[in-house]
Amino acid sequence: MDRKSNLYAFVKGLAVENPSLVMLLGMCPTLAVTTMASNGIGMGLATTFVLLCSNIVISALRKVIPGTVRLPCFIVVITTFVTLTDFILKAYIPALHSRLGIFLSLIAVNCIILGRAEAFASKNGIVKSALDGLGMGLGFTAALFTMGSLREILGSGAFFGIDLHLPLVFPIFVMPAGGFFTLGIIIAIVYKFIKRKPPAKVGCAACPIASDCVNCKGGETA
Amino acid sequence: MKLLLVILLTSMLTENMVLVRFMGICPFLGVSKKYDSAIGMGLAVIFVMVCASICTYPIYTFVLVPLGVEYMKTVAFILLIATFVQLVEMIIKKKIPPLYKSLGVYLPLITTNCAVLGITILNTDESYNFVQSIVNALGGGLGFTIALIIFASVRSRIETSDIPKTFKGVPSTLIAAAIVSVSFMGFTSLLQ
Repeated sequence: MDRKSNLYAFVKGLAVENPSLVMLLGMCPTLAVTTMASNGIGMGLATTFVLLCSNIVISALRKVIPGTVRLPCFIVVITTFVTLTDFILKAYIPALHSRLGIFLSLIAVNCIILGRAEAFASKNGIVKSALDGLGMGLGFTAALFTMGSLREILGSGAFFGIDLHLPLVFPIFVMPAGGFFTLGIIIAIVYKFIKRKPPAKVGCAACPIASDCVNCKGGETA
Repeated sequence: MKLLLVILLTSMLTENMVLVRFMGICPFLGVSKKYDSAIGMGLAVIFVMVCASICTYPIYTFVLVPLGVEYMKTVAFILLIATFVQLVEMIIKKKIPPLYKSLGVYLPLITTNCAVLGITILNTDESYNFVQSIVNALGGGLGFTIALIIFASVRSRIETSDIPKTFKGVPSTLIAAAIVSVSFMGFTSLLQ
């Protein structure tokens, strides 16, 4: 597939550059809110909304924002949409709002969003950036949904809150430890499937703003 | 006094920042390869968390609440923390070079760390007063450091062991984190 096409901008986030399972970004929400499938979808869609809107706005402003202060500008744009999402969920889906809790505000520091702003939206046109944001967001949602379904089925024997009457459940899966365990297994399977070696570490190697990070240029980091 | 102790132990052990609340996973997985850097990162996080709580409390109580714009707290806190970290980095780079060498290099990593923003938002969500906020931040930072140091020791053993090829790297690290997290479940009944 042509790497420059609009279609590729959309599709790559779903599969080959899946933000949380392949690029290992945004691990905190991936681990924290996925105790239920519905939480995973809710968090994923909230992030998708913020990503889509911030990518569009940042792409539109990319010629106006001065290079030296671009990161603070991006953060302000992103946080504005996070606050907006917070209000919308509080008004229309209060149950989900209270389950996601603090992680809704923390979308603002999710490195996927700042990463896409820096690596893609600040360099590409509006349509392409919107497709990129949508693709990345939906890829993130799919990963969270997979994690949430697995943990809910194995840990509480239910799916979307409906009891499945399983003969055996393992409560450990809905506990914090189960989150780390499930994500580890899923990443191993994904990398087996795409026939690549899993990265040796999380951090600078996976971080999209690494090229601009003063901390990474020094060589010895993380 | 008893309440302060409860807050400290809660944010340090039973509600451990990394292993129970899942905040600051990136530095937890990234900076835990070596024991020394784990300690450096931990100290930097404690320092920034406590200072961030000290800075954000007056802004929230005396500016945002009287104006009725509490919803602006995320924007205000992020900008405040980013500015503060940048300022501290500049000051210690100039004035205390040895400290900069050991701690300063971790400061930029902390700017967009969700644990620091998380602790300041938790302070306002739980409506802690000034002293309680500082104790909560101190506990959160200490908890982060403890988890990081334990995990660095665990990882140094995984590095040398023979694990299946598919699980090398991040998958085995995450599964090791799961086992460390199980050990923190033992603290759950500590405060009942």
